[in-house]
Amino acid sequence: MSTALPSPAIPDLLYSDVEDDLRAAVRAVLADRCGPADVLGRIETAEPYDPALWRVLALELGLAGLLVPEKLGGQGASAREAAVVLEELGGAVAPVPFLGSAVLATTALLGCDTADPATAALLGRLAAGEAVAALAVPLPSAPGDGFPAAVRADAGGRLTGTVTSVPDALTAEVLVVPALGPQGPGLYEVAAAEAAVERPVSFDLTRPLADLRLDGAAGRLLAGGDAAAAALERALLTGAGLLASEQLGLAQWCLDETVRYLGQRRQFGRVVGSFQALKHRLADLWLDVVSARAAARNAAGVLAALPSDPAEAVLAVAVAQSYVSPVAVRAAEEAVQLHGGIGMTWEHPLHLYLKRAKADEIALGSPGRHRRALAGPVRLPAAG
Amino acid sequence: MGSVSAADVRGRVRALLDGWEPGVTEPGEFLRARFDAGLAWVHFPVGLGGLDAPRSLQAVVSAELDAAGAPDNDPRRIGIGLGMAAPTILAYGTDEQKARFLRPLWTGEEVWCQLFSEPGAGSDLAGLRTRAVRDGDEWVVDGQKVWTSSAHTARWAILIARTDPDVPKHRGITYFVCDMTDPGVDVRPLRQITGEAEFNEVFLTGVRIPDAHRLGAVGDGWRVAQATLMNERVAIGGGASVPRESGMIGPVAATWRDRPELRTPELHDRLLRLWVDSEVARLTAERVRQQMAAGTPGPEGSGLKLSLARLNQQLSGLEVELLGEQGLRYGDWTMVRPQSVDFYGRDAGYRYLRAKGNSIEGGTSEVLRNIVAERVLGLPAEPRNDKDAAWKDLPR
Repeated sequence: MSTALPSPAIPDLLYSDVEDDLRAAVRAVLADRCGPADVLGRIETAEPYDPALWRVLALELGLAGLLVPEKLGGQGASAREAAVVLEELGGAVAPVPFLGSAVLATTALLGCDTADPATAALLGRLAAGEAVAALAVPLPSAPGDGFPAAVRADAGGRLTGTVTSVPDALTAEVLVVPALGPQGPGLYEVAAAEAAVERPVSFDLTRPLADLRLDGAAGRLLAGGDAAAAALERALLTGAGLLASEQLGLAQWCLDETVRYLGQRRQFGRVVGSFQALKHRLADLWLDVVSARAAARNAAGVLAALPSDPAEAVLAVAVAQSYVSPVAVRAAEEAVQLHGGIGMTWEHPLHLYLKRAKADEIALGSPGRHRRALAGPVRLPAAG
Repeated sequence: MGSVSAADVRGRVRALLDGWEPGVTEPGEFLRARFDAGLAWVHFPVGLGGLDAPRSLQAVVSAELDAAGAPDNDPRRIGIGLGMAAPTILAYGTDEQKARFLRPLWTGEEVWCQLFSEPGAGSDLAGLRTRAVRDGDEWVVDGQKVWTSSAHTARWAILIARTDPDVPKHRGITYFVCDMTDPGVDVRPLRQITGEAEFNEVFLTGVRIPDAHRLGAVGDGWRVAQATLMNERVAIGGGASVPRESGMIGPVAATWRDRPELRTPELHDRLLRLWVDSEVARLTAERVRQQMAAGTPGPEGSGLKLSLARLNQQLSGLEVELLGEQGLRYGDWTMVRPQSVDFYGRDAGYRYLRAKGNSIEGGTSEVLRNIVAERVLGLPAEPRNDKDAAWKDLPR
């Protein structure tokens, strides 16, 4: 006696002219300042992030405030535009804190009381590129995980606890910290200088992690109770949905670069891209990337329409993450294999993509985590 | 020409309905009148069932006629005529051929079939060996064709045959319209792994075809056939958005919901993976549809068939396994000859077996991957030795 699942109208899955222009602008900056040699050079330095690149992206292109409403000093754009930016940043494995600051921390702050002058001022500083913020949660955190208990707040807003594997915190001046206080969940603004920041060796060289230790750090309450939990959940949902676009951009780069290489590499007196065994693998990968694009665009479109259909947003994000994550990993793995020996070297940029793809698979919920999250909404309950 | 509006079309539909009232008029007569009113396929030329109008106005016609309860031409029964023969006749036929064939083709009074594939020419269709030899104003055809649906009900066939074995294979083929009532045409059912016979083998022995039934120039049949096959693949992607859980995920999901005792953790994970794959395939098809609607078609459409073949096979395989003991049974192995494929009117075992054909019919998945690799990704073709040699000299 089951009724059909809800099947709301599918959003526009194409790119608007404005989005195409935005892509072209981001791509031009990255081509100029973030080529493979630039990124490979930077990972050898003590400063894994590229502050000069971030300044250009944040200030000249306004990417830091893309999701911030115009009245708060931002661009007032939607998740659709942020997704296009992430496609380009993923395609360049750009070492900039867009996901951590302009998506995760910013979305969390936008879920707080933006009429509060201090919160509005903070968003204004982020949008103007004057500060970088990080959402103090471990990168594997997924929407639906529930409010974290790693940090405790006392009645005076003093925060104590340890948060490991925080993305984009190494370069942040401001931390947005979820903490459990006497009144329950709260989101707090904490100056990064208040935290002891440790730098573990990260698998992903272009998005290094930080471990944060807070020991009575001074925090300002941004939101409390259900509002704090909702703001965090919205940030993680948005982050997970938009991460699919980063993964898409990464997968597309791996495919394009492998097709290009196999189109010129010769062995056995032939261009190796003419061997059917390799062509079929690339055709399959192309199909996966084409499909991933539809899934990622759908997630971005549904997120952009929030708060109109929250249930559909949960579903679209879970579909995008469970589908696109493995595609990105497979694209990077196929790229390494099909490049042969050169793909195993430190000097070729492919390893940066493989490491990012594998880290992104764990980030903001693994594919299996997102599949399990679908069981309820699509009414396919587990056994037993 | 080209300036027909939706209002014009509505006016014509009203005039048709006034003159030939549905329910009172005999359906065949109504369909002939609809064809003559230019409302059969509005993008076709005036006088051939159309109005030289944009294809998009067909939806206006359909909506108005459906609302009036008008009879239709049962397009599923005459899919090969509508989807393959008609566009080819329109593109390559003479005025006489268009006038003779298109009207009864569209009304369904004359069913069409396709005589292309041969036992020795599947993926390598251009290697076909059915011969057509000129004899005055006629051609005499001998050979064997296979995988011919509707051959037992068809009045006409589109046929490709070798007319010159002394030139390379793609250049020695000619395209014909074959009369299926010719005494030299022998149609035999081809029973398939499902037990039924959707298709036929067609044996051609001394079949005589008037030269007036040739489509296109002598030796130009390969190019004409490309038009036919292109139309076969264009058929996907034109329609409306598809609801969630359309296609083969539907029955599997329904079984999972209705039969808790069948559930296991391992099957649950596989089902969720395939649910996601089905949803993403639906979104990908929607993206292709949006591209076409925006007038910016991309290469993405060429992948849809590959995805659907894989999905149908995996979903139906999962469904049989999920059913456990019930999966050990099969509805009916009796040899029947269905009019069309019905995936959902039969059991999971049938779906599992019939879906095996999805990666073979209409271009194997292997050939489609080659097409994607070469035409979309721009990778070079495999070296070949069969393109420039005379067909008669090829090793076989």
